[in-house]
Amino acid sequence: MKKGKIRILVDRCKGCALCIDECRYKEIKMSKKLNNHGYNVPEFLGKGQCTACKLCSIICPEAAIEIIELVEVEQC
Amino acid sequence: MVIEKIIYKKPESLTDCNFTYCSGCGHSTVHKLIAELVDELGIREKTIAVAPVGCAVFAYDFWNFDVSEAPHGRTPVVATAIKRIHPDNVVFSYQGDGDLVSIGLAEIMHTANRGENISVIFINNTNYGMTGGQMAPTTLLNQVTTTSPMGRNSKNYGYPIKMIELLVSLQGVKYLERVKITSPASILKAKKAIKKAFLNQINGTGFSMVEVLSACPESWKKTPREAIKWIDEEVSAYYPVGKIKDIE
Amino acid sequence: MLGKTIKMPQETVFIKGNHAIVEAAIDAGCRFYAGYPITPQNEIPEYMSKRMPEAGGTFIQAESELISINLVFGAGAAGARAMTTSSSPGISLMQEGISYMAGCEVPGVIVNIQRGGPGLGNIAPSQSDYYQAVKPGHGDFHSIVLAPHNIQEMYDYTVKAFDLADKYRIPVIVLSDGLLGQLMENITLKKDQETEYLDMPKDWALTGAKGRDGQRILSLLMRPGALEKHNEHLREKHRTICDNEIQYECFSIDDDIDCLIVAFGTVARISKGVINIAKDMRIGLFRPITLWPFPYMKINELSKRVKKVFVFEMNYGQMLDDVKIAVENSDKIEFYGRTGGGIPTQEELYQFIKARTKGRGY
Repeated sequence: MKKGKIRILVDRCKGCALCIDECRYKEIKMSKKLNNHGYNVPEFLGKGQCTACKLCSIICPEAAIEIIELVEVEQC
Repeated sequence: MVIEKIIYKKPESLTDCNFTYCSGCGHSTVHKLIAELVDELGIREKTIAVAPVGCAVFAYDFWNFDVSEAPHGRTPVVATAIKRIHPDNVVFSYQGDGDLVSIGLAEIMHTANRGENISVIFINNTNYGMTGGQMAPTTLLNQVTTTSPMGRNSKNYGYPIKMIELLVSLQGVKYLERVKITSPASILKAKKAIKKAFLNQINGTGFSMVEVLSACPESWKKTPREAIKWIDEEVSAYYPVGKIKDIE
Repeated sequence: MLGKTIKMPQETVFIKGNHAIVEAAIDAGCRFYAGYPITPQNEIPEYMSKRMPEAGGTFIQAESELISINLVFGAGAAGARAMTTSSSPGISLMQEGISYMAGCEVPGVIVNIQRGGPGLGNIAPSQSDYYQAVKPGHGDFHSIVLAPHNIQEMYDYTVKAFDLADKYRIPVIVLSDGLLGQLMENITLKKDQETEYLDMPKDWALTGAKGRDGQRILSLLMRPGALEKHNEHLREKHRTICDNEIQYECFSIDDDIDCLIVAFGTVARISKGVINIAKDMRIGLFRPITLWPFPYMKINELSKRVKKVFVFEMNYGQMLDDVKIAVENSDKIEFYGRTGGGIPTQEELYQFIKARTKGRGY
């Protein structure tokens, strides 16, 4: 299973919260923070369950979620 | 050791300017999909879009390729002329339901009937968003808008127009599909349809149009999630998604 | 229909006004035309449907004049020389598009072969769209307006219109009428002329963002003060045009005239006839060629040297307003207009002048 994490471009986000429901592993939760435009923005919990499946970035209307895959590379 | 590989980020063809659309608006999603496709097809330097008058009138602030304004409803006409002058460019007309189905109905019918080799991306959110949620020809029966406060009734306001079904009999039209963008799965399907509309143009197949059932949380007075649910349950019941024409 | 047209080897052709418009557009490098049938200009789209493809350009019979003007807007935005033609009611449908062309600074040529109005009117010649041409659609803008009065000028001014449109990135209107559209005269086609601005680079045009960021063609400016700044830029352009592009003709004007006729287009042509028969009067004709920019100063200067200024038009007095602005002492002005497709005869105008200039001391 792939491992991954996401980076939310906080100031592109509009707090629509659609990403939160899409994440199978509940790795995204609405935070208390507001971005520069006053939107209440979610945050990535990083519990280590993210599989870089990209569902959150697909549903995100604002292209505000970057998906990063964490690739194991043996030390050569 | 773990290395970080970015496998999705904001498409190159999007500028850094935030979308001016409301939270959860379908326009944003479709803008993103179009930008992703322009990157993937490598056509940023060949694409010319024509923006409508409506919520997407500022589309030129969000796409980093050439965009022209057009008077309300004349979007496909301006696109037709640009395509005739620059046949090797990828020209698409991006329109809302007020622009395309109301004031621009004659324009889209004749552009389609001439079989102009352009792609049309038609956003159907069953109302006039920019001007504050008025009734449009696509407004559903009984849907409340700022100009149908008692809900649209067919006696005075006629019936919602099914646009792609209206175009299907025109021989100039080669591809018609209606999609929705209410889930990752349907979004990817929508992206496929838009890609097909672009590829048809690139291959010279002819006039293609994709109608996107799009959330308008603000005018519908729903949360983004409720708006999506409303599309899945009510809007797509009246406007069935699917391909109704696909001639190679 | 046309049947086979014989292309005369030498440059001179005996040609109808409407056809001259087509030849001019082709010779000026116009390669995009959109038009819609409306009498009295049907010969233009008809002949264009043959000539434009021959020239390797695009001919579209639009499904309305709304579509015509927006096709021209699109072609112009893409950097092409584009033209549409119509007659009065059709030109009314184009007002929105023309305003967008002005606001977006997109060049293009619009020919109005005027007919009787208002409403459906009739198909006889008229000049009743003067206001609409020189005081146009919504917003503070102008189109350059050229008024031919013979078939050579129907050709020459159409060619010039394309140059002016590209030079100033502005819509240019050729304001003609049904008489000039249908009239046939010998004219010289300037095949080898190099139109000054034909190959002028148009880096503002939409061609695809090759090696650059995306470019815009727009007139929507919502940020506070942005549109006002844009309007000032347009006004600067209009001043430059007023300083450089005013055109007129002085016909038999010398030092001892005591009457001046001011008329344009067909009525200027008839007024020349009046002057030829009015041997007993010292009378000259001032013919504005650019209706915008209007030659106020020249009329002002000439009006000081005469006792009477006669304004003749095929409308109820529209250019009359601008002549009144130009002439300080407006009691000198006498107006005679025929409208609804009525055409004044030489005799009619001559009698009108005679009645108002009885004795020497009038």
